[in-house]
Amino acid sequence: MQRIPTKLFAGLAALGLGLLPALVVGQDAAAEPQLDSGDTAWMLVSVVLVLFMTIPGLSLFYAGMVRAKNVLSVMMQCFAIASLMSVLWALYGYSLAFSTSGMQEGVTNFFSFYGTLEKAFLRGLTVDSLQGTIPESVFMTFQMTFAIITPALIVGAFAERIKFSAMLLFMALWFTIVYTAMTHMVWSGPGGFFWDMGVLDFAGGTVVHINAGIAGLIAALVIGPRKGYPRTPMPPNNLAYTMAGAAILWVGWFGFNAGSAVAANGSAGMAMAVTQIATAAAALGWMFSEWISHGKPSVLGIASGAVAGLVAVTPAAGFVGPMGALLLGVIAGIGCFFASTRVKRALGYDDSLDVFGVHAVGGIIGAILTGLFATTMDGLKPELATGAQLWIQTKGVLITIVFVGIASYVLLKLVDVIVGLRVSEEQETEGLDLASHDERAYNL
Amino acid sequence: MKLVTAIIKPFKLDDVRDALSEVGVQGVTVTEVKGFGRQKGHTELYRGAEYVVDFLPKVKIDVAVDDSLVDRVIEAITGAARTDKIGDGKIFVFDLEQVIRIRTGETGKDAL
Repeated sequence: MQRIPTKLFAGLAALGLGLLPALVVGQDAAAEPQLDSGDTAWMLVSVVLVLFMTIPGLSLFYAGMVRAKNVLSVMMQCFAIASLMSVLWALYGYSLAFSTSGMQEGVTNFFSFYGTLEKAFLRGLTVDSLQGTIPESVFMTFQMTFAIITPALIVGAFAERIKFSAMLLFMALWFTIVYTAMTHMVWSGPGGFFWDMGVLDFAGGTVVHINAGIAGLIAALVIGPRKGYPRTPMPPNNLAYTMAGAAILWVGWFGFNAGSAVAANGSAGMAMAVTQIATAAAALGWMFSEWISHGKPSVLGIASGAVAGLVAVTPAAGFVGPMGALLLGVIAGIGCFFASTRVKRALGYDDSLDVFGVHAVGGIIGAILTGLFATTMDGLKPELATGAQLWIQTKGVLITIVFVGIASYVLLKLVDVIVGLRVSEEQETEGLDLASHDERAYNL
Repeated sequence: MKLVTAIIKPFKLDDVRDALSEVGVQGVTVTEVKGFGRQKGHTELYRGAEYVVDFLPKVKIDVAVDDSLVDRVIEAITGAARTDKIGDGKIFVFDLEQVIRIRTGETGKDAL
């Protein structure tokens, strides 16, 4: 988008300003994709911010919520996922997600869902290769940080009972089959399945949050509840970690959402503004919901609400205006509160840290309401028909749920057969820190 | 000699310590403890999961004193720790057979 004014100016210059031939030549050259140092600088920062969301942001957010005997295990899982996904992304993930060969706008074929292996081992990635106006190396690494946080989010669903080897194997398979496909469908460009449908997903409502949230729910169902759930009390060991983690996520998310403009421009600026507004509104939405229903506002509540808002505004950032974001945040805060407290209790599944209640529900609310608030109020896509866009968004959500749900179920069953998903009852009681890693978090 | 053991509300510890100093007590031992009595516990709520916490945090104070001081010590603790609300705690008084100061080997009243 940010190239258009330059091209326009180049065109005008070529037509009208023949008096300045040197300038004309210069502007013609600028019409070719060229490195923009402003865009590049911002994207370098965004990469750092998004990586910071997982380690240490999400690690701390999750580590505070588990019991003291499992603190290290969730931090270890997040850290190991960050390492494993980086390697897999470099080996073949980036290629499966972003290779565009075989894709054709308006044509649905195999390449609408998966890329080829032409960029495997990062073939063709040089110091000079560009993606738009930034080095391809920066774009590749930026997307790598998304491939890290998405599987890491799932950790919360089966925390405190998963076998470490099973977790690694599942994540590797899930990344290969599910994550690369979702990314390719939404972000690889014309010819991508969701791209051609016209699904609006600025920074990963479907790709990251519904994706991880549904996988998390299926994982929680397949692996079964923790021993003693829900009768045994399982209070969080240190909500100060959780608060710190939520704060790091909040700050890092500007790289996630504003960085998804892949430029330092007005779109990035607006994405940043609406991210802040929606997050604040959702934090208050959850806090007041709990205050009204239980009598006191809680630390875990306001932190969870903020994350719910961040999730919900992820697909919408870059498309909705500030007041749309405010409403979206309020709805997400209240909606995710009910999903994570009432609905979860009523249905009885043990999604330990509410990956479904926050990420899937927040992602669904955000993805669908993007269709409403992008096209109405102060939205940035008033040219789209609201009803039609709402249906397109809903279809995108439904297809994601079905695809991710089925694929995750099959992969979990496969891993269960190969290595077994769960630790033994004895190990679960002992705690994963000792049982899986021979270490403990607190030697006081 | 007597050993006076008092279970009190944690936030009353400073008041009790001052009151004991005033009546001439030279030293106390303080322990953080948990327990239950007539005062009900409280509930904690984490994302809709409600836990009833039966055992409440209290502070236990052990004071070894000469027989002549016992009544004033009990008065001091009672006066300083009382809030007139349920859960103020209890005082237990035991006979104390022997006291030895480790550094000097003094025994009995001299060691208090």
